[in-house]
Amino acid sequence: MYEILSTFAQTWGLLIFVALFGAALVYALWPRNQARFDAAASAPLTENDTPAMAGETEDETHVRA
Amino acid sequence: MISAHGLKRAGSDPSTAIVLLITVLGALWALFAAAYAPDAAMRGQSWLILGGFLTGIILLVGAIAGGGVVTDEREYNESLIKAGVIASLFWGVAGLLVGVVIAFQLAFPVLNLEAFGFTSFGRLRPLHTSAVIFAFGGNVLIATSFYVVQRTCRTRIAGGIWPWFVFWGYQFFILIAASGYLIGITQGKEYAEPEWYADIWLTLVWVVYLLVFLGTLWKRKEPHIYVANWFYLAFIVTIAVLHVINNLAMPVSWLGSRSYSAFAGVQDALTQWWYGHNAVGFFLTAGFLGIMYYFIPKRVNRPVYSYRLSIIHFWSLIFIYIWAGPHHLHYTALPEWAQTLGMTFSIMLWMPSWGGMINGLMTLSGAWDKLRTDPVVRMLVMSVAFYGMSTFEGPVMSIRAVNALSHYTDWTIGHVHSGALGWVGFVSFGALYCLVPWLWKRKGMYSKALVDWHFWIATIGILLYITSMWTAGILQGLWWRTYNALGFLEYSFVETVEAMYIPYIIRAVGGVLYLAGALIMVYNVYRTVRGDAVEVDENVIDQPALEAAK
Repeated sequence: MYEILSTFAQTWGLLIFVALFGAALVYALWPRNQARFDAAASAPLTENDTPAMAGETEDETHVRA
Repeated sequence: MISAHGLKRAGSDPSTAIVLLITVLGALWALFAAAYAPDAAMRGQSWLILGGFLTGIILLVGAIAGGGVVTDEREYNESLIKAGVIASLFWGVAGLLVGVVIAFQLAFPVLNLEAFGFTSFGRLRPLHTSAVIFAFGGNVLIATSFYVVQRTCRTRIAGGIWPWFVFWGYQFFILIAASGYLIGITQGKEYAEPEWYADIWLTLVWVVYLLVFLGTLWKRKEPHIYVANWFYLAFIVTIAVLHVINNLAMPVSWLGSRSYSAFAGVQDALTQWWYGHNAVGFFLTAGFLGIMYYFIPKRVNRPVYSYRLSIIHFWSLIFIYIWAGPHHLHYTALPEWAQTLGMTFSIMLWMPSWGGMINGLMTLSGAWDKLRTDPVVRMLVMSVAFYGMSTFEGPVMSIRAVNALSHYTDWTIGHVHSGALGWVGFVSFGALYCLVPWLWKRKGMYSKALVDWHFWIATIGILLYITSMWTAGILQGLWWRTYNALGFLEYSFVETVEAMYIPYIIRAVGGVLYLAGALIMVYNVYRTVRGDAVEVDENVIDQPALEAAK
């Protein structure tokens, strides 16, 4: 059991982790995500004091707040 | 049933019934334990557990009689956060106070009162560590995570009564664990001292915490999940995994306090330090980085410096931290390759840690003047600076050759406290100083000057603490390895103990200063909540809460 687990961890396990981390890097650095990340960076600054309700646009939330 | 207005009363919904069932079953188990527990400690402890569950039943019956927990989807649940803020302050002061007591005990052993066994250092030390890490830190994390997840998902917290179950269940866990230490119930694993019955209770509370958090993410109105929530989620998930695996054990009796771990020997040691170091990595780091990524941008009113860097910070921290545990076991029976692995990954942690520190500090771009005008920002920035310093010091200490000098010395204690008092403590205080005026809808804190006093007194306290422990630790490490010309040890162990007298007094004074800062904060918060804040703080008035209230 130890042999099986350690062999897996040292081969496929390592590759899977490297691939997953690579995917995270690609996602983070993908140029087309820039706009979304810019919006997200100021998410704490644009929030309202009440939750957004279903069927309500952002402007309506502001009016209600 | 959600009405047209989103208002819901949970009078007799299944959730309330399940919570009631849990408390009734718990009370019955405690009653049996009170009668039949094989050990005296458990017979004593079970009365406290019974009292806790009965209190829970009374609270629940009261809530049901009053029409149940009100869930208004048009509002955020803020009373939950208020309760968390108060609990955090209470446990913070309690934990720091015990820390001051044990610091003086080390300098003056006479303070271990022989007539009262529970005052011995061995009983009080886990009380201190658990109180500051899990009671204070845990409450800050639960409260801020519930606040941040609601705000950044633009939706009320999920689960009706369950978030309240998490809050009260967690306080109950703290009480059981802490009282257990005092009467001598411990499984002897550092930072995982609570015995099996407390562990099972915490597992239940923690799984509910995870489900409440996930449920809130699930019903979010904002498509993107803000980075702070990723850090909180990693903290919740990883702590669940660590806690369950490290505490796998077989109780001697279903009504007794004692259990035996599923692990033995070096496997036990590795599991324990895999748990122990990731408690640092995911409880004391990832969770509090969630606080950093929400409260710093919010307080300085600037976007996160680099959102891309925050994503890379997150994933590299997650991928690397989990392997760093073996550095606690240098020169032990652990295979050397595993020690080297732990050391290597610890050194690799420099990069994400410093990337995150830079990201936190540079978020002040364009608002650096707030460092001068807003003591809360100063506190948050100081905490990030300490994050940088202790995540530099940690990897250095994980190098085997350095560890040969530092391990088992007070240098380790100093390192831990630069992280705990500087990073975790200050980022928590900063977040609480932000939350109090927001939650209680005040114009600012009662006194900005007192925030400043808190900042400076606590900072001087930390400096006294870490410098005295550096001196003490390096002295211990060097004396323990000094040989004379004939190859004998130059110093006996007790000589290194005697040499600690002055550093230990300086350390205790540092602790007193840090505690004094926390007490000033409690007074300031009390006056603010009471409504005595008259001074308008422009850093607080910007918040939408008050814009709406005008």
